[in-house]
Amino acid sequence: MPWATYSAAIRQALEEEMRRDPSVFVLGEDVGVMGGVFGVTEGLLAHFGAQRVLDTPISENGIVGAALGAAMVGMRPVVEIMFGDFLGCAGDQIINQVAKARYMSGGKARVSMVIRVTTGAPGAAAAQHSQSPEAWFLNVPGLKIAAPATPYDAKGLLKTAIRGEDPVIFFEHKRLYATKGELPDEEVTVPFGVARVARSGDDLTIVAISGMLPLALEAAEVLSTEGISCEVIDPRTLVPLDNSSIIRSVRKTGRVLIAYEGHQRGGVGAELAALIAEEALEYLDAPVKRVAARNVPIPYAPEMERFVLPSTQDIITAARALVLS
Amino acid sequence: MGFDVELGLEWYRQMVLIRQFELRAIEERKKGLIPGFIHPYIGQEACAVGACAALAPDDVITSTHRGHGHLIAKGGDVRRMMAELAGRQTGYCGGKGGSLHMTDFELGILGANGIVAGGIPMAVGAALAFQLRGDRSSQGGLRVALAFFGDGATNQGAFHEALNLAGLWRLPVVFFCENNLYGEGTPQHKQAPITRLSQRAASYAMPGVTVDGNDVEAVYQATCQAVQRARAGDGPTFIEGLTYRYRGHYEGDPQVYRSRDEVAQWEARDPIPRWRQALLAQGVLPATLDDVERHVAALLEEAVALARSSPPPRPEDALEGVYGDTHDGRVF
Repeated sequence: MPWATYSAAIRQALEEEMRRDPSVFVLGEDVGVMGGVFGVTEGLLAHFGAQRVLDTPISENGIVGAALGAAMVGMRPVVEIMFGDFLGCAGDQIINQVAKARYMSGGKARVSMVIRVTTGAPGAAAAQHSQSPEAWFLNVPGLKIAAPATPYDAKGLLKTAIRGEDPVIFFEHKRLYATKGELPDEEVTVPFGVARVARSGDDLTIVAISGMLPLALEAAEVLSTEGISCEVIDPRTLVPLDNSSIIRSVRKTGRVLIAYEGHQRGGVGAELAALIAEEALEYLDAPVKRVAARNVPIPYAPEMERFVLPSTQDIITAARALVLS
Repeated sequence: MGFDVELGLEWYRQMVLIRQFELRAIEERKKGLIPGFIHPYIGQEACAVGACAALAPDDVITSTHRGHGHLIAKGGDVRRMMAELAGRQTGYCGGKGGSLHMTDFELGILGANGIVAGGIPMAVGAALAFQLRGDRSSQGGLRVALAFFGDGATNQGAFHEALNLAGLWRLPVVFFCENNLYGEGTPQHKQAPITRLSQRAASYAMPGVTVDGNDVEAVYQATCQAVQRARAGDGPTFIEGLTYRYRGHYEGDPQVYRSRDEVAQWEARDPIPRWRQALLAQGVLPATLDDVERHVAALLEEAVALARSSPPPRPEDALEGVYGDTHDGRVF
């Protein structure tokens, strides 16, 4: 099977959907001439022209709102927001307008739009360019949240998001852009709300979100040499969430560790831990464990940043403690 | 003046309908039919009616928290509006939106809004779609989006981001600012360092005009010019309509921030009696205008009757309509 990078997979999804449907267009800061700060939209301007690939001013709230208005009259905009941290600038439009437009109108508004945005710490980017803000939006009904961790899922989920009926915040992890994975030449779509078992195991479930997946798989490999068998689950979308796959795995292993790069407090792991407590408490042989960023802003200096962010070693250490408990 | 009398009568009908709709809604709220709050539009009717008269049915508007007038002027059905205020199944949003969120996509009403500048970027986005697709209006030229908002909204970031995009891309959009001199309870001079808000247009390379917002014909003429520019591909216009709301920011507002005298001065410039006089001067018979008022009263009886007789939503209806696709319920 052919291989592609995560970045190229996303670009392919955009190209294919733009070719398939003239109502799909891309807008964002530096997405055209520059091809995106991370190079994801490279070549799209040359291919589709300035009517389909719009360089915008630095106006996150304005462009998200404009995308919403365009969606309301039948377009399928794909907005790129350069850094997840900047979603705060578009807070009103995302939280009060985009998320609620369908509901407030009694179900009439179709808001088919995707906000592509980067997440995670790329290294020494400090507190306003390193956050993993997925959990900010878990608390806002009306949004869907995708967090792919492989090229295949990035392409397949983005195509599903663009064709869908609802607004999606599509989190692309910066450290994953250059990673490679299998990607077939034929059509790839991935349904929302279906988790992927990335590795099967019996002793411990690791639920790994976005950029934590490669770290979790690496940890599982190390742990296997110690006789600890890990099942690694990637939910792929956080809303909708494939509760049943997670619960099924936890019931099998009796131990669960949730690995996510966002801040630990009030994070994705808190929601998953609550879900597991509600639906599988009696199956647990050990407390639920969260491996996440410490509850401080992401610092700049590499020594401090490494200390704050969750690592492969953190997963290994936590997993050993869980299994030996 | 020499306006078309039929058109003038229709404007009169709409202005009376807006005013009477709101007076009736306020009354029904006191009686308990309407559970939520209302931001009355009373006094500003000439803005909505004059501006919407310049639009074609396939043009779109975005509205505000003070939006009943805009909806009615764009053709909104007062029966479904009253039912929505009452929170009933037959309301525009099935009881999910209330006063702040009424929409009718078939009439090009993209929604009232609870955030003062929240709808302005949406209007810009609709105009962007019209420009990208080259959507033609039934009146020739491009389809147009018109954003209604108040003076208070011009101090929010969304306003400036949206006008910047519209000016930059020369979008077919009209920004209609109803300057009623107060942002909630704070007078305009304490909210902005300029008096003429139409000056803001200059920063975004679009014409800014100020009109008497209590003169329906002046509003109509100004908006027609703006719409023509937009249809021709010449870009956006900012219109400031000078007007005044006769009631509080919300119904029940004690209005400690202004004097009775000030309100009385503006009441002397009420757009409805003023337009009635203009029609009489054109030879329209008083009986014709009385007929209009009778027709409006009958329609509002129907509206209240529908609101009263319609069933309330089932509590569990609250779970519907969040998403177009719920993935077998996994979104909850």
